[in-house]
Amino acid sequence: MAWDLDNDRPIYAQLIERIQMQIVSGQYEPGERLPSVRELAAVAAVNPNTMQKAFAELERNGLVITQRTNGRTVTADAERIQKLRNELAQERVNAFLVEMKELGFDADEALELLRKSEREKTVE
Amino acid sequence: MNELLEITELTKSYDEKHVAVNNISLKLPKGKIIGLLGPNGSGKTTLIKMLNGLLVPTRGSIKINGQPVGVETKAHVAYLPDRTYLTGGQSINRILNYFSDFYEDFSREKALEMLKSLDIDPACRMRTLSKGTKEKVQLILVMSRNADLYVLDEPIAGVDPAARDYILRTIINNYNPAATILISTHLIGDIEKVLDEVIFLRNGQLILYTSVDNIREQQGKSVDAYFREVFAC
Repeated sequence: MAWDLDNDRPIYAQLIERIQMQIVSGQYEPGERLPSVRELAAVAAVNPNTMQKAFAELERNGLVITQRTNGRTVTADAERIQKLRNELAQERVNAFLVEMKELGFDADEALELLRKSEREKTVE
Repeated sequence: MNELLEITELTKSYDEKHVAVNNISLKLPKGKIIGLLGPNGSGKTTLIKMLNGLLVPTRGSIKINGQPVGVETKAHVAYLPDRTYLTGGQSINRILNYFSDFYEDFSREKALEMLKSLDIDPACRMRTLSKGTKEKVQLILVMSRNADLYVLDEPIAGVDPAARDYILRTIINNYNPAATILISTHLIGDIEKVLDEVIFLRNGQLILYTSVDNIREQQGKSVDAYFREVFAC
């Protein structure tokens, strides 16, 4: 199944986001070996050069480690992954608050709405 | 030396009024998938034919791996023309024999494997195949060579969208990472996610050569949308 990618943003950036999510969600566990660039490019139906570029960036950020003998693995550093989890969560919170502001809700009102939805969900 | 193809001040005029390719200079690296894009009559096929030595430039030069186009370069360039040259009575098996004889870099195993994955029986004669299947067979023949440069003139025009995806996957899975693929097409939206770089031609002139990521980053739009803007009628 080819990955769903937007046509108006650089593909490598979308590949990075996607792999980051797979790491944070535990689909790839800390220290787990990753598929090769070629395999993953074939799954995503993208150019291997683009996948390579995404991996290079993930390596620079310390999320992916290249070992000469063992291919590429996810970092075994749980703190690093937690840091990524926090960053991704923060991005989503910021985006949510911006949207709520556009709809005319300030942060307190938005928070109240969140609590209300959460309460109603638990009642169900 | 990371350059594969060096085009210098290349011009082709069919007569005084018709200049199909007008003073193009371009250097293409190894290991990239490059889209050759432009409206009808922009010079794409003329340029491709000169790369393959089927047309002689009026002026300028082309070098592939440092050598002028000729017998030597043809052995390293795999070319998919925009129309078929395979005749109807031949079976695919027989065509595979021709290719094995003709091209040292042709891998029969690779071709058979791809035919199998597309459910095409190599015992079939070409004339019994649909238009789309014929196109698939031709593309398989070309991609089964271990060339330095693949030149594909409209490789996906005649096949359905599902088969297009399959063909694109075939292209990216089978190409040698040190080789460059030059693809001319109008179906930009379907192929842009596999392209590294694009070349825009208009009226025989080079108007843009850049990376796909550059277009997306700087214009905030797809190559398809940008093409429609640049070439709006």
